[in-house]
Amino acid sequence: MMNLPLEKRNYPEPPSKLKTYLTVFILLLLFFASAMKTNASISDLVVGFPNMLELLKQMIPPNWLYFEKILPAMLETIRMALLGTTFGAIIAIPIALFSANNIVKNYFFYYPARFILNIIRTVPDLLLAAIFVSIFGLGTLPGILALTIFSIGLVAKLTYEAIESIDTGPLEAMTAVGANKIQWIFYGVIPQVLPHYISYVLYTFEVNIRAAAVLGLVGAGGIGLYYDRTLGFFEYDKTSSIILFTLVVVLLIDYISTKLREKLL
Amino acid sequence: MIEFQNVSKTYPNGVKGLNDINLTIHEGEFVVIVGLSGAGKSTLLRSINRLIEVTHGEIFIDGQSITMAKGISLRRIRRDIGMIFQTFNLVKRSTVLRNVLSGRVGYLPTWRTLLGLFPKQDVHSAFQALDRVNILEKAYSRATELSGGQQQRVSIARALAQEAKIILADEPVASLDPLTTKQVMDDLKRINQDLGITTIVNLHFIDLAREYATRIIGLRAGEVVFDGPVSAATDERFAEIYGRPIHEKELLGAEA
Repeated sequence: MMNLPLEKRNYPEPPSKLKTYLTVFILLLLFFASAMKTNASISDLVVGFPNMLELLKQMIPPNWLYFEKILPAMLETIRMALLGTTFGAIIAIPIALFSANNIVKNYFFYYPARFILNIIRTVPDLLLAAIFVSIFGLGTLPGILALTIFSIGLVAKLTYEAIESIDTGPLEAMTAVGANKIQWIFYGVIPQVLPHYISYVLYTFEVNIRAAAVLGLVGAGGIGLYYDRTLGFFEYDKTSSIILFTLVVVLLIDYISTKLREKLL
Repeated sequence: MIEFQNVSKTYPNGVKGLNDINLTIHEGEFVVIVGLSGAGKSTLLRSINRLIEVTHGEIFIDGQSITMAKGISLRRIRRDIGMIFQTFNLVKRSTVLRNVLSGRVGYLPTWRTLLGLFPKQDVHSAFQALDRVNILEKAYSRATELSGGQQQRVSIARALAQEAKIILADEPVASLDPLTTKQVMDDLKRINQDLGITTIVNLHFIDLAREYATRIIGLRAGEVVFDGPVSAATDERFAEIYGRPIHEKELLGAEA
């Protein structure tokens, strides 16, 4: 039989777009309300723009000789990130296990563990560094501690979510074999989440390099100290060399880490 | 010997999985449990090693109550019971050898298993188990590289390495093709005969049940409606178990 031409009245009614319009409207409202409350104005931006160009002009060319001077500080930044990530990643393992509700079935354990994690994740790393500087004084130690705490929050959170999504089959098999809880974790859980965990640690290292670069602003060691100093003395050519150097290091480490993570998963 | 005494299981949603089961399974038997989906086959099997807790009654393994056992004594009883799953339940990223060795952990101190320091004897018995199911050459492959039938044989090897006295197989061939099904069932049968390991298998296909079992137990709505030798399991009796005549699709076909 031939298909009759489809009459317009036969088209199904499209679903209502009201929800989409309403969402866009609310978002726009929030945007303009925020702009008004923070006194952000386009005219200020226009007025300030020449200053920005002036700053950029002073930044070019960068002071190439300055690279040698800041090399130790840059290496210190990388070392801080490395140490902070390592300590954090190790401490994150038991916390992640305690937070996963398929490992610890009792919520008296996993709720407190998750609560601690949430608190850790709420505190910004710069604030953590400032607190540790006031306790331990200036230097790299408060920076490393701040990055450690920050890494715990990130690695543990991502890892426990990975643990909760593992295949339960091997866990059941390990129970049936007569394994105790520790063997059950080492043979059922860890082989399944290990690649994810390593990937998260690498990712955290990337984030920590970036974070470590600014920790010096509050006196917690690393390259950030030189940002503060050069900006203070209006040595913008030096500031731009620091920015370039940081950019190169961050890009390099991001690239290596991304490649490694691709291989893992 | 496995003894069920007045065992019932009611699920939290009120569904009765098992209803007053009384059974005795003797050493060296090859028991096949048949019944429709939801008849309680899996519940019955999993209650033996307490992957499922029963709500009433008691189950004894060689005279010891697994229902009452706790901690180390529960783990000791489980160590003697190998389990084979429909979905194999191997750690896919780990090597075949490590999967088989995981069957040994119940015998070793925790620190040794954490460091992966398995005694020579254990590694030897893992290789022997792999040899028995004819996949010795796959020992260092990752489990994920193996076909379904090969993976199932790895899980049989794990049960062998465990030196289990009882093997429970929960729909071991449900996700395999007919030819692989036959190989896996042959492996189970051979192990049962050579090593005298009591074997209990849940099966969908009644012609497979007839071919391999020494004893068939029919379940229907959580109750034992048939229990006898293969010779007594006629088409008419199967029709009673299933509550209707046997269909074509309940037979695996010519291969089996």
